[in-house]
Amino acid sequence: MARTDPKKDVVIVGLGWTGAIMGIELASEGLEILALERGPDRSTVPDFKYPEVIDELEYGIRFGFMQRPKNSTITVRRTGDEVAQPMRRLGSFLPGDGVGGAGIHWNGQTWRPMENEYRLRSYVEEEFGAEAIPEDMTIQDWGVTAEELEPYYDRFEYMAGISGQAGNINGKIIEGGNPFEAPRSRDYPLPPLKQTVDAKLFAEAARGMGYHPFPRPAANASEAWTNEYGMQLGPCNFCGFCERYGCINYSKSSPQTCILDALKRYPNFSYRVNSEVLRVDLAPDGQTATGVTYWDEEAQEEVTQSADLVILAAYQLHNVHLMLLSGIGEPYDPQSGEGVTGKNYSYQMNGGTTMFFRDVDFNPFAGAGSVGMAIDDFAINQIDFGAEGFIGGSYIVAGNSNGQPIRGISLPEGTPEWGAGWKQGIGEWYGHSMSIGSHGSCLSYRDCHLDLDPTYTDRHGRPLMRMTFDWKPNDIRMTQFMKRKIEEIAQSMNPDSWQSSFKGEGARYDIRPYQTTHNVGGSIMGTDPNTSAVNRYLQAWGQHNVFVLGAGAFPQNIQYNPTGAVGALAYWAARAIREDYLPNPGPLV
Amino acid sequence: MRTLLNIVLGLVVLGGVALLAFIAVPVQPTPPQQQVAADWQPEEGQGEYAMRLADCAACHTAPGGERFAGGRAIESPLGTIYSSNITPDDETGIGGWSLEDFRAALYDGMRPDGTHLYPAMPYENYRKLTEEDVRALYHYFIEEVEPVQNAAPEADLPFPFDQRWTLRGWKWLALDEPGFRADTDDPVLARGEYIVEGPGHCSACHTPRNAIMAEAAVDTSDEAFLSGGEIAGWTAPALRGPGSAIAGWSQEDLVAIFSTGRNAHAAVNGEMQLVIQDSTQYMSEEDLAAMSAYLVGLNEGVLLERSEDVTETEALIASADPDMPLGARLYIDNCNACHFANGRGADEVFPELDGNSLVTAESPTGLISMILGGSELPSTPKRPYSLRMPGFSDRLTDEEVAELASFVRQGWSNDAAVVSADDVADLRGEAEAKVE
Repeated sequence: MARTDPKKDVVIVGLGWTGAIMGIELASEGLEILALERGPDRSTVPDFKYPEVIDELEYGIRFGFMQRPKNSTITVRRTGDEVAQPMRRLGSFLPGDGVGGAGIHWNGQTWRPMENEYRLRSYVEEEFGAEAIPEDMTIQDWGVTAEELEPYYDRFEYMAGISGQAGNINGKIIEGGNPFEAPRSRDYPLPPLKQTVDAKLFAEAARGMGYHPFPRPAANASEAWTNEYGMQLGPCNFCGFCERYGCINYSKSSPQTCILDALKRYPNFSYRVNSEVLRVDLAPDGQTATGVTYWDEEAQEEVTQSADLVILAAYQLHNVHLMLLSGIGEPYDPQSGEGVTGKNYSYQMNGGTTMFFRDVDFNPFAGAGSVGMAIDDFAINQIDFGAEGFIGGSYIVAGNSNGQPIRGISLPEGTPEWGAGWKQGIGEWYGHSMSIGSHGSCLSYRDCHLDLDPTYTDRHGRPLMRMTFDWKPNDIRMTQFMKRKIEEIAQSMNPDSWQSSFKGEGARYDIRPYQTTHNVGGSIMGTDPNTSAVNRYLQAWGQHNVFVLGAGAFPQNIQYNPTGAVGALAYWAARAIREDYLPNPGPLV
Repeated sequence: MRTLLNIVLGLVVLGGVALLAFIAVPVQPTPPQQQVAADWQPEEGQGEYAMRLADCAACHTAPGGERFAGGRAIESPLGTIYSSNITPDDETGIGGWSLEDFRAALYDGMRPDGTHLYPAMPYENYRKLTEEDVRALYHYFIEEVEPVQNAAPEADLPFPFDQRWTLRGWKWLALDEPGFRADTDDPVLARGEYIVEGPGHCSACHTPRNAIMAEAAVDTSDEAFLSGGEIAGWTAPALRGPGSAIAGWSQEDLVAIFSTGRNAHAAVNGEMQLVIQDSTQYMSEEDLAAMSAYLVGLNEGVLLERSEDVTETEALIASADPDMPLGARLYIDNCNACHFANGRGADEVFPELDGNSLVTAESPTGLISMILGGSELPSTPKRPYSLRMPGFSDRLTDEEVAELASFVRQGWSNDAAVVSADDVADLRGEAEAKVE
């Protein structure tokens, strides 16, 4: 069974943050747009309705809002000589599913990268010499600068109603903000969230050591907010159910709270759910896309949807998968280093120290996804890579996002893991612990990449995508450096006990425990078609009417959570399409 | 004896003749109230705008039905009335009506065949329409609207209310002089007053009904006008006087609620959502400003009885005392997340409960229905978000809803009567049917 639907001007693959942003920006141009979302529709009421969504078992453990591996997964190996196996259960990262995508179940930590992160290779070469870069490290410049992207970060942050405290407005350092951040043109739209006890204690200790604590920027609204589309957020009530949940309270910035109802008013915009795009169709000469073919779950048939413009706005893994399946860009070959699609897959290097205080009540049930105080004194632009022997950096933060009963309780080392001893430990220690975390960069390497698996296929018969990734000594040295810095702060706080969890020498990537849903690279941006998959406007080098959004564009991972940069790049690409591409369709570079 | 018989017989005959005349002699329709040239044509969009002002769509469109094709059930205390088809369909609509026919419907509640319209059609208010607006509306419905064939069901009223001819007598008693006369010399305020009294027909809901079920007042000069009424069992709050729902609101607050259904204090609920959806969001900035200025003027000198101090209610909630009364506990568990301990919510997103007219309404029907079934705001260009409060009927028993409703009715500065579980039980079925 198959059908062909009438042509559209634009087809958007995926209706999460980037699909919604591109949808509304292009809808305002009057184009006929169809967005295809593989998952179901979702709205605050009824899908995130109180109290049903406050269910840790259903959504925190059983991943109610995530993709199902039986429908969509990858194969994984750590090195080129291993045989990749399918990921049959979610663990290390949690791609979303359905309208809103991962934008519904994130914590809301909304950062801007440091200026030098956009030009990391040039920065290292200039400051520390080309020999500081290990032979197998394939870091690249993005092809855009912080200055160029500033207006688009500003736009994203005001659209999403971010709560925070500026540290550098047009070069002027602002007390209480992050003094090391790239200059911004104005303050955050909303004041910072009120801080939790752990964040206050951490900030005090950090200040005592001469560091510069500032509130972590949050997509959890500190006050009511109305954005440029007239969409609205209500103040966060610190219910402590952000990550893995949709927000009950219209308080977390998401496509639902910030864009979708405004977008749905455009008669020239429509969207279809339960519609998974199988491939991008190319013209016989391969120079342009003609549209997409998708699987209509309700009709149980393949649909050919032609369009003048194809926007890949799915999760990073799925965008790269579609490019590999469709012949967009030369697939990357780690042996020769040739090819671009699938190149420079990267992840995030995190670690943390947990402290126990018998006499402090942390009230962990009151939390928000991005509450917290952070320091950037060990950021990627503050470290002497030559002296420390690694390239990278991290922000360090304390802030209580939740006190959920199944996953949210830390116990001191040595506490039994079950039975009466465990029960006693829970009784003694619930509400008496806090953590300081390091959220660090993860660079790109010659062998870490994405390609098509030679063996396994998905339910549509397509080859699964294969991930080859392992931790590297450079990034482990970075996180060990952060461990030393964090433990100094922790000890200065005089806890009853403390314990650390950082990757150590020889650590191998383990797909099972949750780490972070910050998968990046594979559709990297750049200025050279031989080393990047898309140009600086996220336009495919070989097919000018295909744009690839999302964190796949990062040539290596930043030391921050990716959503801020993902949002800014979406607005950056939207501007290029509206003002430069539509009047004169063709390569923008 | 014979004389007496003749007199009685004579009176009976006379009465019979009078009754026949009452039923059969045509009513003289009200003439135009202003002179407008015979060849006058509305400007582009003027007809549609007049339709928006008069909010014809809300009643004359059935849920899920074709626009203006009628059939919407309108619950009256006497029974169900169905709105008529006002598309220009010859058979089932108003196709073939003359301007005079059309004006008679608006001014006198008459169909061309002499049938009296039930006063669910607000001709008490439409009698004030200017001739230009009548002409604009006529042009719109005859020339611009597509005909739709759809016969609206007959009204379902018991005897004697099903005898439409008796309405002639009702009209003698109920109808005021036709035409609009402003209560002010200020042209802006007068425009606002015209919209409210005339096409906007605000008093159809917001003014109490008198002994014969007519609006107790149709003019600003009468203090009963807009002093609060009822619609479908919900209280339509007073818009002036001591219990005014909009006391203390600024002109901007009023413009916001008319154009978006929400403002810093409140969110519209019940039937008023249809008014925003179909009428006021389309009004021009000038008309919104005029109507709002007029309503602010109506409330001059009405003081808000609300203290800025921490109230006992807020202190009780903040105490987190496990022994607090059930109503307060239910508030914390179900409402506090959005409406907060101080009952003030958040601007334009979460309505205030302290001083909220739905909460403190004499009839608790609206509040109980809201708790049980929730509510969804209409999407408008300025505020597209259809913000939705979930219903709690699946989570709270009748007793719990009653405790909760009583708590908020008496919380903060509110001082309304408590609610019983029976009140809730009556409304639960309705709310659940609505969800399905």
